Amino acid sequence: MEIILVQWILLVFMVVGAIIAVEIKDLLSAVIAAGVVGFSLTVVFLLLQAPDVAIVQAGVEVITLIMLVAALAKTTREGIPTPWMSTGILLGLVFLLLFLGTFATGLTDLPPFGNPAINVTNYYFQHGVQDTGAINLVAAIILDYRGYDTLGEAIVLFTSALGVAAVLRGFKSKKGGKEE
Amino acid sequence: MKGMSLIVRTISRLIVAPILLFGIYIVLHGHLTPGGGFPGGVIIAAGIALLILSYGLKATTKKINYDTTKVLDSFGAFLFVAIASGAIALGYFFAPYLGLIAMGTPAQWFSAGGIPYYNIAIGIKVAGALAAMFIGLVIVIMMGEEE
Amino acid sequence: MIANLNYVMAAAIFTVGLYAVLVKRDLIKIIIGIGFMEYGVNLFWISLGYRTGGTAPIITPGEVSHTASWVPQTTLVDPIPQALVLTAIVIGLGTTVLLIAIAVRAYQRYGTFDIQKMRELKE
Repeated sequence: MEIILVQWILLVFMVVGAIIAVEIKDLLSAVIAAGVVGFSLTVVFLLLQAPDVAIVQAGVEVITLIMLVAALAKTTREGIPTPWMSTGILLGLVFLLLFLGTFATGLTDLPPFGNPAINVTNYYFQHGVQDTGAINLVAAIILDYRGYDTLGEAIVLFTSALGVAAVLRGFKSKKGGKEE
Repeated sequence: MKGMSLIVRTISRLIVAPILLFGIYIVLHGHLTPGGGFPGGVIIAAGIALLILSYGLKATTKKINYDTTKVLDSFGAFLFVAIASGAIALGYFFAPYLGLIAMGTPAQWFSAGGIPYYNIAIGIKVAGALAAMFIGLVIVIMMGEEE
Repeated sequence: MIANLNYVMAAAIFTVGLYAVLVKRDLIKIIIGIGFMEYGVNLFWISLGYRTGGTAPIITPGEVSHTASWVPQTTLVDPIPQALVLTAIVIGLGTTVLLIAIAVRAYQRYGTFDIQKMRELKE
């Protein structure tokens, strides 16, 4: 029970950090605040007994932070102030209220916290080691029962690497064109 | 990226090898402990990013350049699909076909059928893709500086 | 209600990210907002799979063999959401890096991160 209390404190901390990251003017401070949110999320995953996910989140957060800071170092730190009121902002706020209302009605139908309602898990518990031989059930699921998911993930990662290469290539050919 | 001072270089030279070794350990023990191909690949890519930040892009690309990482990315994806197609061709689903020889007792390294080999393929793929993205991003940032 | 605080907080983080994406004009703020939306969704999944008093879904080596089915001795948390979130986080990193590359490229071309000004400069 104490673990859950610690985790609630971290969650409140995360929401405050997220609001600061979105509202602060300096972009470098916003990136650092986003990093604070990400590392708090790592600890929350660990407290919710998901060590695999916590390791991935920690590594991913480090790389995201490095990349954002590297991008800001050669561009600008100065943020752009949001205008006080406009039609776009009003429409955005209406959309947010709509989302929150939908979530509040859906919240009553969710299973209570601490009692997951996915029935197929029982099969994985009873036959997971028998079928795959791996004692880490998360590895057994991502690489055996849901192997096609992992294949799709590999394709998405490949596509985004291709996207970065495409951004780079447009730059190079344009520059080469100038020189010729 | 021009690289950093002598102190940073010395420390990162000492620390890069343990980081890469830890990443490989995480990849290889994915079926026994928390970890696997995804976290291990991310840690290896973070080690390469540390090299680029401390030594600069030019010194790093002598060892590992953009094309190498792209080849690693494609090779990891190919390895994953090849092992899986072999399993399906032999009449099994994803994991258990290597289990014919290596089902073993649970919690030994040679135990979980194909899962360790899939983890190695995924680890190569994720490390290659993330390193390629990081090098590509640094090249994009630097070219804007030259312009 | 108080017991379901995890779901509410996940929705709150998602809402902050959605607010940044809808209202802010700064490309970096929009990228950070998309990251917050990912965090909210991942936190919601992991909270959905938590079982009170459970431990991580890794079986103790001694109690199990691959010849017989196994009845759980202790409470374990649900591994399925963890497996889905594991892949989703890495995909999120890939999309974030692609967004950063496009944003830096746009800055080099237009000299600003402001999407409103970019639209004006395009014409």
